[in-house]
Amino acid sequence: MKNLILSTAALALTAGIASADVVRLGTEGAYPPYNFLNDAGEVDGFERELGDELCKRAELKCEWVTNDWDSIIPNLTSGNYDAIIAGMSITEERAEVVDFTQGYTQPSPSAYAALAEGLDVNTAVVSAQSSTIQAAHVASTGATLVEFPTPDETVAAVKSGEVDAVLSDKDYLNPIVAEGGLVFLGDVYLGGGIGMAFRQSDDELRGKFDAAIASMKADGSLNALLAKWEIEGQF
Amino acid sequence: MSCYLTTGKHLSFYASFGTVLLLLAVTAPVSLGFGFAGAMAARARLTPLSWLGKGYIAIVRGVPDIAFFLFFVIALDQGIEYLLHQVRCPDWTDPIRQGADFVVCDSAKMPLNSSPQWIHEVYGFSLAVLTFAIVFGAFAGNVLQGAMNSVPRGQIETAEAYGMTHRQAFWRILVPQMWIYALPGLSNLWMVLIKATPLLFLLGVEDIVYWARELGASKQARFTDYPHGDWRMWYFLALLIFYLAFTRVSEIVLDRLTLKLSHGQATVGGEAQRKAA
Repeated sequence: MKNLILSTAALALTAGIASADVVRLGTEGAYPPYNFLNDAGEVDGFERELGDELCKRAELKCEWVTNDWDSIIPNLTSGNYDAIIAGMSITEERAEVVDFTQGYTQPSPSAYAALAEGLDVNTAVVSAQSSTIQAAHVASTGATLVEFPTPDETVAAVKSGEVDAVLSDKDYLNPIVAEGGLVFLGDVYLGGGIGMAFRQSDDELRGKFDAAIASMKADGSLNALLAKWEIEGQF
Repeated sequence: MSCYLTTGKHLSFYASFGTVLLLLAVTAPVSLGFGFAGAMAARARLTPLSWLGKGYIAIVRGVPDIAFFLFFVIALDQGIEYLLHQVRCPDWTDPIRQGADFVVCDSAKMPLNSSPQWIHEVYGFSLAVLTFAIVFGAFAGNVLQGAMNSVPRGQIETAEAYGMTHRQAFWRILVPQMWIYALPGLSNLWMVLIKATPLLFLLGVEDIVYWARELGASKQARFTDYPHGDWRMWYFLALLIFYLAFTRVSEIVLDRLTLKLSHGQATVGGEAQRKAA
């Protein structure tokens, strides 16, 4: 009997240790070049490579989980995964609910794109993804905001003529504009760079990732990754 | 083209059809069970039990599905984790609710953080089945209650005259005969259930609608071997065909079932069969 208790305790202990080592990373999987699903259906992109490297440096075992953008913060705070790494800009409003690491991109430009030039984006109908800094910005201008749950739908709405222009991260729009059909109307600088988000009660884990990001900035490997995925701004 | 249709993503898309069919296959009998239990409870002679059955049917029927799906699943998940937390980590002193955070100890997580992804998916799927079953069980309960009351009183009187107990009359006379009255309502529920499966995505299960949207989204050459424009229309068209075909097959099966159950019944359908024979 004593043996049984001991072995159960040992098992419970090792289970506790094992579970502490797995960190579940939540991402959207629909926002190239930051994160997207590749042809094999796996999470891919800048943040995939970055996250894997950070986990290696922090000596953690990481697992990727995709989640709808709209519920990505509530599902973090309720504990379905341990970190958000989904092209999420650091803003004061979000920082009231979650804690961010230091930014791993420079504050990057957002851009308006439309079918043709010569549009006044302050009076036009503009699409943006819901719960983003871009949506907040459009709402603060005189433009009419139309929100969509995924980034792709914001662009599709411009192409189908449902809205006049789209406001999104320039890094996201770059490959789309490069393929033709849309033109840039101008940049706006929003947000304080992109960081990973953690539960406010999870300072220890956030510290580990923060240190790993700092070490990647120090040895230049972060710059190499940013360049590889053609994301504007270097450290 | 054949390469495009067999990418890993497409295989996940095809697999999600299986997920939806599995959900239906599991949910339908479970909700019928919930409904049967609810109807039996609502008819019980014991007052508290009757209140319980009636309360379940009335409350769940009255709450919008989406609100129920959003609220109930989170509440259930956190409830399970809270109980596990009390059992497994009695010495934990930190509060469970810290601001917006819901924090339980690692060994109380459902499923454990260290569990492979498929366990997380099975857990999410089970929550989905349970939620669907409770919602549709309430509707089925109402239908079955009505069906039980529709069996001609004379049938039960005769059973009692033969000396059957209340329980015997219920199981041997009432239940076998009530299905023909329940079938129209149940078949409606089945159709609604088929069409309600896209709610799965609300629960974090990657269903056919999720994959159709993901696959149909326009893709740039930098991020895929198969760049294309906005193809969502075609993927959703495929879903439309799938749902139409599936409901058509269901209708055929349900029609046959109606024919079978009408046999020998004191209904218009049963009477027509008797005359034709």
